[in-house]
Amino acid sequence: MTTAFPFSAIVGQDDMKRALLLAAVDPSIGGVLVLGDRGTGKSTAVRALAGLLPHIAAVAGCRYQCDPADAGRGCTPDCPAHGKPAGKIKAQTIPVPVVDLPLGATEDRVVGALDLERALSRGEKAFEPGLLAKANRGFLYIDEVNLLEDHLVDLLLDVAATGVNVVEREGLSVRHPARFVLVGSGNPEEGELRPQLLDRFGLAVEVRTPGEVAARIEVIKRRDAFEREPRAFEARWRAQEEAVAHEVVAARGRLAATEVPDAVLGKAAELCIALGSDGLRGELTLMRAARALAALEGAAAVGLEHLRMVAPSALRHRLRRNPLDDVGSGVRIERALAEVLAS
Amino acid sequence: MREHAPDATGDRGGRSGAGQGRDAPDLAAEACADARTIAVLLAVDPVGLGGLVLAGGPGGARDGWLDVMFALAPADTPMRRMPASIAEDRLLGGLDLSATLASGKPVAQRGLVADADGGIVVASMAERLTPASVAILAAALDSGTVRSERDGLSLVYPARIAVVALDESLSDEAGVAAALADRLAFRIDCDGWRAGDLDPAAPGERAEIAEARRRLASVTCPDAVVESLVSVASALGIGSLRAPLFAVRAARAVSATWGESCVGEDAAKLAARLVLAHRATRWPATADESDAQEPPPEPGDDAGQERDRESEPEARSDHRLDDVVLEAVAAALPADLLQRFKAGERVRPRGVSAGAANTQQKAATRGRVIGVRRGVPRGGERLAVLDTLRAAAPWQRVRRPAGAASESGRPKRLVVMRDDFRIKRYRQDAGATIVFLVDASGSSAINRLAEAKGAVELLLADCYVRRDEVALIAFRNQTAELLLPPTRSLARAKRSLAALPGGGATPLAAGLEAALGLCAGERRRGREAVLVVLSDGGPNIARDGRPGRPQAQADAITVGRLARTIPARVLIIDAAQRPVPFMAELAEAMGADLIAMPHSDARAISGAVGLVGLDQRRPAGAVAR
Repeated sequence: MTTAFPFSAIVGQDDMKRALLLAAVDPSIGGVLVLGDRGTGKSTAVRALAGLLPHIAAVAGCRYQCDPADAGRGCTPDCPAHGKPAGKIKAQTIPVPVVDLPLGATEDRVVGALDLERALSRGEKAFEPGLLAKANRGFLYIDEVNLLEDHLVDLLLDVAATGVNVVEREGLSVRHPARFVLVGSGNPEEGELRPQLLDRFGLAVEVRTPGEVAARIEVIKRRDAFEREPRAFEARWRAQEEAVAHEVVAARGRLAATEVPDAVLGKAAELCIALGSDGLRGELTLMRAARALAALEGAAAVGLEHLRMVAPSALRHRLRRNPLDDVGSGVRIERALAEVLAS
Repeated sequence: MREHAPDATGDRGGRSGAGQGRDAPDLAAEACADARTIAVLLAVDPVGLGGLVLAGGPGGARDGWLDVMFALAPADTPMRRMPASIAEDRLLGGLDLSATLASGKPVAQRGLVADADGGIVVASMAERLTPASVAILAAALDSGTVRSERDGLSLVYPARIAVVALDESLSDEAGVAAALADRLAFRIDCDGWRAGDLDPAAPGERAEIAEARRRLASVTCPDAVVESLVSVASALGIGSLRAPLFAVRAARAVSATWGESCVGEDAAKLAARLVLAHRATRWPATADESDAQEPPPEPGDDAGQERDRESEPEARSDHRLDDVVLEAVAAALPADLLQRFKAGERVRPRGVSAGAANTQQKAATRGRVIGVRRGVPRGGERLAVLDTLRAAAPWQRVRRPAGAASESGRPKRLVVMRDDFRIKRYRQDAGATIVFLVDASGSSAINRLAEAKGAVELLLADCYVRRDEVALIAFRNQTAELLLPPTRSLARAKRSLAALPGGGATPLAAGLEAALGLCAGERRRGREAVLVVLSDGGPNIARDGRPGRPQAQADAITVGRLARTIPARVLIIDAAQRPVPFMAELAEAMGADLIAMPHSDARAISGAVGLVGLDQRRPAGAVAR
């Protein structure tokens, strides 16, 4: 399929759409995990995001599409910008990379490996970058993330934490930048995710099939219309898509100037303590997500209502598991929110 | 084919849907006619409809249906048979090794899914597909392409396919994985009719279907029909939105074959029956349409007629069409759905179980490759040819005698040295299945069940690292019931164990039989089996279902001895206030460990399971969180 289903034409699923937009506004939030029922449009939404993002400037000829502003610092020695003065760097505009990590991918394609063609035909030892390189400065999307092979998960954990991919294999020794937003989707009934991988995702949202018949009818009608005439359908939604893209760009511009009052930071810390969520990552994500939301809404400063909106998705996957507690993590967060914000 | 496990576990969740439980011969004829209609519709819109689950053993009816379907599809339709054991690289495609070596540069090879582009993948024993294979098929069905990132190659091929998933699962086994079944419009049960019952393709019929294919794009589907199909799917408790979407597409295909330009009532009825009936999880007379996961409420007497109108938009006018379509589906619902429903049982949609389909058999020198290591293959280890070549490749210039090969005109030979050899590493640990057998009889049953449930969830919360699965069987009154098929999913466990019935007599022998049957099945899947029996040791129902304490005890011992032959490790937890001598006897017969735990609690139980030795396999550092 050449045309992607428009992001703004997705019926409902506001949590999921908001989380994806926040990650697009501030990539440092650290990715989105979308868990939920079958046939809820998880993959559709993530792929639709690709059509939304504004293009970025990249060093021409760099295999890691590094930022011209960095002048090759942090990139590999073979980057064309390496060691050149800023004025001499050739830049080009490219779409934000959205890279699929399909199930069944082998390690050599993920991290990169010896370039087989050059090795076989010319006897040269050259590095062929993998998917992690392609995803640098963009999105790495894994459908059915809970079915991912353990050894690939370990690889991803390491790279997602450091932003650098270190390849030591087949006599090659390469370090290259690999900063990407991890977007995963899956159905928890088909297997649980390891806690370490859960923690790598900034936001986690749960999606359910819409319950009201009216919403379900609208989903089917739009899907049907899209399948029959994808071009016409896309054209009908183009204005909305552009409006959303504009919002994201504007929010990115406002992000740095959006204040986070100390009082809000205090409440965020209290909330994390009340919930006993592990580590500082939760607090950091909570703050970043709230700020991105404030920027998206055009607010000058982060307010408690922003905190309230993002808290479930920023914290639900970081709570200590208590299998004997039947109450869902969402409810626990709501309770803690009510307590902390009331005081 | 595998053996049939003991029947006691098999009442729920098995093959008991359309066709079975309705005994009139004309119903078989109707099922047969529907099967033929499905063949026609699939020939008209294979990609839109995704395919079907074709359930039944190998033989006449199944092969006959496939013959008819291929006779109706366009003459050049590609067909690829896919064995359940297919390797990922054959499914996805990758490096063509011989061509690569011959030509001296990487040559890609298409996989089976890409080969079947524009045609049909017939998946044998689809219930045994690994989750990875299922996910690859699902991605191809969703996107119409297959992507492979393997062996240093990055490939994207078109793969507009339909899948015929042959399901040979027995009644007490898990069927085709839900992730696949959800993406296939239809289901055909081959029981009850034979190949000869199916009308062969008539001369000229293929041309008619080709004509219908051309018409398909111009067939319109009125909003009222779309709305009805969605509403009816909701009323039947079908959660996934793919179902109504398939129903809409099927209705369009029906109209195209009938030469209509617009989907009418009859086409909608037929499509709804074929797509929605086999997915129904409740009898359509319901108050709450929103959540298919809840156990269904009490059925009304006038089932099938009353509709919930509160949640519907005011603007909708054509409720009559809803009723007509709903009636058409209700008539095709298996009669036993209503029976089971009335018995208060939650009807589990087929193929939902996590059982066999969700695990892979693993052994030291087979299973999934998790990487390679340097070394010379010996003792059944296998050479990783590609990685060996890759290791050898950079050194060829150096190793080749100066100027020798390339000038002589002979093909270049690759010089591989001992140091280049790479061996495949396989995932070894197959994991264990912990089967809880819980005595749900007597007055303290509720408490015991609750604690067993807690223990199950505690164990599951802790078992990603170990790849263990947990199952739960409860027994009371006359029978044992598999409440939780083997699973690693905490979410599933919570849902399946939400409400547990308790009280009544104690059929321990039946419980043991069911549990050991399950253990034996797990052993056949290459997994370890651990049985945890939680009871207060007062069996009073014999194996044949008659009351009487002595016979009940003797039967329990007889059945229990089987544990030694399976073999399964057994832990018996005596939940009685004072130790019961019989439990010691039973433990002796089963070769089991016995622990007295008058006040059972979840943490103590899951701790005790660790005592059986499970924790020895736990990697260092993987402590319960």
